[in-house]
Amino acid sequence: MQMPDSSYTLPDDRGHFGKFGGIFVAETLIPALEELRLAYEAAKVDAAFRAEYEYELEHYVGRPSPIYHAKRWSDLLGGAQIYLKREDLNHTGAHKVNNCIGQALLARRMGKPRVIAETGAGQHGVATATVAARYGMECVVYMGSEDVKRQAANVYRMKLLGATVVPVESGSKTLKDALNEAMRDWVTNVGNTFYIIGTVAGPHPYPMMVRDFQKIIGEECLTQLPELAGRQPDAVIACVGGGSNAMGIFHSYVPHSEIRLIGVEAAGYGLATGKHAASLTAGRPGVLHGNRTYLLQDENGQIIETHSVSAGLDYPGVGPEHAWLKDSGRAEYVTITDDEALQAFHDLCRYEGIIPALESSHALAYAAKLAPTLATEKVLLVNLSGRGDKDMHTVAEKSGIQF
Amino acid sequence: MSRIQAAFDRLKSRGRKALIPYIMAGDPEPGATLALMRALVAGGADIIELGVPFSDPMADGPTIQRAAERALAYGISLHTVLGMVGEFRRHDADTPVVLMGYANPIEAYGIGRFADDAAKAGVDGVLVVDYPPEECVEFADVLKQHRIDPIFLLAPTSTERRYSEVAQAGSGYIYYVSLKGVTGSGKLDLDEVARRIPAIRQKVGMPVGVGFGIRDGASAARIAAVADAVVIGSRIIEEIEQSPPGEAPQRVTALLGGIRRAMDEGAKS
Repeated sequence: MQMPDSSYTLPDDRGHFGKFGGIFVAETLIPALEELRLAYEAAKVDAAFRAEYEYELEHYVGRPSPIYHAKRWSDLLGGAQIYLKREDLNHTGAHKVNNCIGQALLARRMGKPRVIAETGAGQHGVATATVAARYGMECVVYMGSEDVKRQAANVYRMKLLGATVVPVESGSKTLKDALNEAMRDWVTNVGNTFYIIGTVAGPHPYPMMVRDFQKIIGEECLTQLPELAGRQPDAVIACVGGGSNAMGIFHSYVPHSEIRLIGVEAAGYGLATGKHAASLTAGRPGVLHGNRTYLLQDENGQIIETHSVSAGLDYPGVGPEHAWLKDSGRAEYVTITDDEALQAFHDLCRYEGIIPALESSHALAYAAKLAPTLATEKVLLVNLSGRGDKDMHTVAEKSGIQF
Repeated sequence: MSRIQAAFDRLKSRGRKALIPYIMAGDPEPGATLALMRALVAGGADIIELGVPFSDPMADGPTIQRAAERALAYGISLHTVLGMVGEFRRHDADTPVVLMGYANPIEAYGIGRFADDAAKAGVDGVLVVDYPPEECVEFADVLKQHRIDPIFLLAPTSTERRYSEVAQAGSGYIYYVSLKGVTGSGKLDLDEVARRIPAIRQKVGMPVGVGFGIRDGASAARIAAVADAVVIGSRIIEEIEQSPPGEAPQRVTALLGGIRRAMDEGAKS
């Protein structure tokens, strides 16, 4: 794995990205986070740990994932060339597994035989259950009871892999409540338990650590794209829910200020309807799940329920590094509605023979908007963060089809 | 002298320990809170911890989560809670009130405005569960300028260095969380508490209250033997949940009275 220099060294030693990030948890969790931070810092510079992580990524996940030139789709759109980073080809079908392997190896190094995770649609839960099976660890996944109902196939997948799935009945019974419940488990069982957070959110060191385990995506692109396209991209585009796939592909490009970084949030039924998940575009800074970041909240500071056709983007917060990238102006954040994402989903199926995840379809939809405004020699790099097999039911239902 | 310090001084002179019950503002419905606060005083409360409901109470167990959900269903906000304290204060000039909640509702309200309005309403202390001392230096200063005590947590896992940090940032009293886990769980280790408290008290130089997992007179009496205050939350909220409409205040007074007697008898023996 190559380690390009970064023009910035954030976060600081207490996890701050400017005014964002930090450690906002009850005192009971402070020592656990300190133990994790120290263990991670030691692992990060341990050659044996890095070698094992890289070995697993190559032989178990199938890295490096290729970059693919979506030429037919680009020609139809009539503008910039669209290249896709194929994270959908990873084992388990998405980028999530990169991080799960890193954290599971760290858990093993720390002597914690039990891992827990939160999940929304089930992708991070499946990835965690997968690596827990791989390393012989006990695995408990917290999932909102509403999501358990909507994502029966993924619940079954996790059970096949040997995980226990605990439905969460509190609050809105979705991802944010699953995260609360996983934190409660962790604080109670911290002696033998490692909490594998799935995105670049949570208290320090999670946003930094998850980013580090995902930045392999952008590192590969830095060398792959010039080989294929003869140049670096004009813009890098990724969807943003919590923001792990976007941080993973953005991170290596941050110092390359001539390259635009574009994060695409879920506008759901449209920003004006209030039924969306665009924390950076329509939220205000606040404190949730252990860090300061942009949040969707009401005037009293209560967290509001979000909506997106894509369960993986359906989260009222966002990783603090994205909040910092937004405020510093280094990255741009835009929105795509459910309908626009579905259109891109169908287009990629029909024109390229690739079924993308609905999350990634948001990034694709923005690329489809941007490409025709640019000259044909311009290059857009889109993170195709996951495959869409899991979304068959949702898309069929939207089209009025029942299995 | 602050109401909190006056309360501890008064107790000390009588050889008694403080009883600090916790209820959620607006639970089970907004009209109930004032009567419940008075019922707590009638049952022997020395300080009242009043919960400010939050949509994502990460450090709380199911009982307090349910209480927050009931209150939020009525649209209880920080503004409403401050109104309740103001109303309570009109009839009770002595019993300290400590607000306990999470950072986001306070930040949404605005830290300066919150401190102003809390001081006017008669709030004596504020405990923000997800504000460790290093993340709320400015907030703690603003509270102190308004003569409100910033109250911090310590846990069985806290280091000695942590004791000094909260001693520096906090005032009023220290809330020692007596077990690993969330509010309402049942793994109270009394020996561990007895071993820890003297060292903490010496290091922080202020009274130490103990909470999380205390459910009856017997456990309260044993905690009172070593700590300066006993905090009881989930058990009271369960009593409120189980009470037929209108009977919660009497039942809460009776429950607290029993605990109070056990603590006071323990102190004599």
